[in-house]
Amino acid sequence: MKYFPLVWSALWRKKPRTIFTMLSIVVAFLLFGMLQAVAQSMTQSVQISGADRLFTAGKFSFTEILPLGYYARIKSTPGVQLASHASWFGGVYQNERNFFGQFAVDHETYLDVYTDLIVSEEARRAWARNKTGALVGSGLAKKFGWKVGDRIPIQAAIWPKRDGRNDWEFDVVGLIDGQDEASQAQADVLLFRFDYFDEARQFGQGYVGWYLEKIADPAQAATIAAAIDRQFANSPKETRTDSEKAFNQAFMKQMGDIQLIVRSILGAVFFTLLFLTGNTMMQSVRERIPELAVLKTIGFSDPSVLALVLAESLLLCLIAALAGLGAASIMMPGLAAKMPGLEMGAEVWLMGLGLAAVLAAIVGFLPAWRAMRLDIVNALSAH
Amino acid sequence: MLQQVLAVTLMNLRAVPQRLGASMVIVIGIAGVVGVMVALLSMAKGFQATLNSTGRPDRVIVLRGGANDELSSVLFREQATIIKQAPGVRQGIDGRPLALAEVYILAGLPRKGQTDPANVVLRGTEPHVLEVRSETKLVEGRMFRPGVYEVVVGRGARDQFAGMELGGKLPLRDGDWTIVGFFESGGDVHESELWTDAETLMQAAKRGAPTSVTAQLESEQDFDRFKDALTTDPRLNAGVQKEPDYYSSRSKALNGLINGLGYTVAVIMAIGALFGALNTMYAAVSTRTVEIATLRAIGFGGAPVVVSVMIEAMLLSLAGGVLGAAIAYVVFNGYSVSTLNFQTFSQVAFAFQVTPDLLRQGVTWALLIGAIGGFFPALKAARLPVVEALRGSA
Amino acid sequence: MSEAIVRLRGVRKSYTRGKQTVEVLESLDLDIARGDFLALMGPSGSGKTTLLNLIGGLDRPTTGSVDVAGERIDQLSSGQLAQWRARHVGFVFQFYNLMPMLNAERNVELPLLLTRLPAADRMRRVRVALEIVGLGERGGHKPSELSGGQAQRVAIARALVADPTLLVCDEPTGDLDRKTADEILHLLQALNREYGKTIVMVTHDPKAAEFATHQLHMDKGRLVETVAHS
Repeated sequence: MKYFPLVWSALWRKKPRTIFTMLSIVVAFLLFGMLQAVAQSMTQSVQISGADRLFTAGKFSFTEILPLGYYARIKSTPGVQLASHASWFGGVYQNERNFFGQFAVDHETYLDVYTDLIVSEEARRAWARNKTGALVGSGLAKKFGWKVGDRIPIQAAIWPKRDGRNDWEFDVVGLIDGQDEASQAQADVLLFRFDYFDEARQFGQGYVGWYLEKIADPAQAATIAAAIDRQFANSPKETRTDSEKAFNQAFMKQMGDIQLIVRSILGAVFFTLLFLTGNTMMQSVRERIPELAVLKTIGFSDPSVLALVLAESLLLCLIAALAGLGAASIMMPGLAAKMPGLEMGAEVWLMGLGLAAVLAAIVGFLPAWRAMRLDIVNALSAH
Repeated sequence: MLQQVLAVTLMNLRAVPQRLGASMVIVIGIAGVVGVMVALLSMAKGFQATLNSTGRPDRVIVLRGGANDELSSVLFREQATIIKQAPGVRQGIDGRPLALAEVYILAGLPRKGQTDPANVVLRGTEPHVLEVRSETKLVEGRMFRPGVYEVVVGRGARDQFAGMELGGKLPLRDGDWTIVGFFESGGDVHESELWTDAETLMQAAKRGAPTSVTAQLESEQDFDRFKDALTTDPRLNAGVQKEPDYYSSRSKALNGLINGLGYTVAVIMAIGALFGALNTMYAAVSTRTVEIATLRAIGFGGAPVVVSVMIEAMLLSLAGGVLGAAIAYVVFNGYSVSTLNFQTFSQVAFAFQVTPDLLRQGVTWALLIGAIGGFFPALKAARLPVVEALRGSA
Repeated sequence: MSEAIVRLRGVRKSYTRGKQTVEVLESLDLDIARGDFLALMGPSGSGKTTLLNLIGGLDRPTTGSVDVAGERIDQLSSGQLAQWRARHVGFVFQFYNLMPMLNAERNVELPLLLTRLPAADRMRRVRVALEIVGLGERGGHKPSELSGGQAQRVAIARALVADPTLLVCDEPTGDLDRKTADEILHLLQALNREYGKTIVMVTHDPKAAEFATHQLHMDKGRLVETVAHS
């Protein structure tokens, strides 16, 4: 720590240069923070989905619907502790931009399978009493100003009511909270009762979207999944069961090329940056050769001169990275308005700082090596 | 004046090779920015082109009223028949209406080099589809036949998914389907789809009802007549849209994302490169302090110094801009990618389009960065106190 | 003249420039007594700075032995030499060679960073050193805010602060006017007389050399004559 003033002063030797270099690093980390947060929020649902939950959908596409008759057979499959089912409603609240997930679920079991959704006892009881009742995510309630007791209209896009009209209404009976802020996005859905849904819809009676199974032993997941699928093999509606995590991962992978493109952008940005910053460090060391020679004359060892230059590079990159990531996190709320669930988690910060350290090591190494190998006698006489 | 500018500029440019490392900072920095920017914008351009070429204004798509897209729409058979015979629909040579009752479902197929399935659109249509979607033509093989498990595959889907060859088998619904042909439709979103016979597909998928009707109108002017006829018919609950309106609304979000990503990243990177350019030009000016002061002492004006430093910065930026644009063109032009359109849950393939306009835009940005990056250092150079600079202490 | 604190025996130093070998020092013997103030004189290229570098442990002889305070420094590795310099030698240069971004105090503190002294002790010693060179008031100033003479005083304080065995000065007055130069030389003389510092100074200025207790003249890599003074 006692070397700090020395490193600090060297860093600011040429203020404009340091500031400009820092600003370009700040910009790079701003991009990194934003793009990484986007990438992360895409994979977030993967991390939250439990390993002890299986997901059964149609074999050919998760959009196929499955007979309700499968429910009993799935429940009695050995290894399945608890099962539930859900159906995608896909309605519109006010206009299409207000998108959020709406599911018709078996209200008696769904919350026991999704134990990570927090719902009060009172709300559960109210839901059990009210057939048209719905639970809504607390984030949605805040966004749209819903309160318990409100009746919210939803326009069906897929499922008209018996009379062919699209106007559905649900009574808000309670709120759903996530375990923490990170998982609140997962909790921001509308859940309503399947019995109401099935009775009121025009067609599709007796079919559900997908089944969910809670299993006792995650190690048995593959075996249990295979056992479920075997029961429906060669039937008109074959199934495909996978852990929820694997299912979500596969879905996210579908973003495929976009993620690749994001990674390539960051690659190009950092390659360019490496060059910019490396050149600055090189320039700065070149100018300081007599000073470095003096340090060595005074008795600073070769490794400690190497360390000083590397520390300077590290300081430069870390300060700039912190500023860049900070700027990105300030901009997050604005972006999150367009992309719900977008958030810069601790991992993004850690990855960013790690990246800054790697950047510092790469750009600092050559100048530091040069400083270390500096010959005192030549450097002093070159004055 | 011009002579002075020329003299100072030449002096500056002769010094560039001596300061190759620092000068390369501008060139490479700007090449990076322009390269990324042109690549991103060409992606947006390519996606846009795919959207714009999808559908024609004199064709309509009819969904169930309230349905946002084909995936969520269900029509009953008798409704489909009524829609096909509505007024305003053009007749084919055989006297049948040029309209298609289609069924739209998703299938999962692995993309090239992957094992997890990605969603691909499997469209059940009618054998006379090529008459209705007249921009479509088979480029290889033949059309599917009704009653057999056969599909024709769009060019985009062929490029993105695994196992796409004539005679290849795809497990789509209820067993394997044989690929019998490939089609092109001018780079629109249908090229990311697999087409087969609607009746055959409905039976295989245990689905009793079609999704939508697509119809060719007599002319664009007949739209209102057609729409009114459908919306006033009590047997129907129909949502009628012109094709271009429908397809662009289905990709609004993805289009916004791609465009937003492109421009945000490009602007932020340009700012970063600007700092790099400022740095280099300040350094260039400071190493040349004595030369510049000497010129000033001899009697050169301040303006030629400013102009010449800016010319140097802009020439270096130009080199970077051209390099970056060239790299983007060579690497990305025609590069085809595919991603999930989260509004339709299906993969859409499109190709990057590095247009001359984008290249021009890239080079313009480069020059702009160069001009700003050169201006402030140039000002500093012109304001050097001559006497101190000559002593080399400034 | 008591024990010799610096003892050079048969020291030869040659450099290879391309294919040519240049003999800078030829078979040189030299003793410097503790408490001495030695002025090394001679035309440029005579080898005086090379000799100074050998004594200060910046360089090693091609052959021969350099013994300082009982240690054979010609046998030390470059890492060991750095440690040795930190403990035993203070350097003063013609162009002061201060760190432009550090204020006077921080400049003087530099050698102490290599010791285990806590910050408070370091600051105390820095103040004492600055007092000794007569700059107690200017510790907070950057080198660019100091005159040449003041900068050189800071450099001398830096050389002193770790209480080295030996003070090595290379043309310490080469960049100063007569009056300032004399002040600096008086300061060095005082350090020699009052604090008993052994000083080796290279100079080409005969007036500067007069401040020393001994003068040595060099020419073409050899010692020419020894003139005792005062």
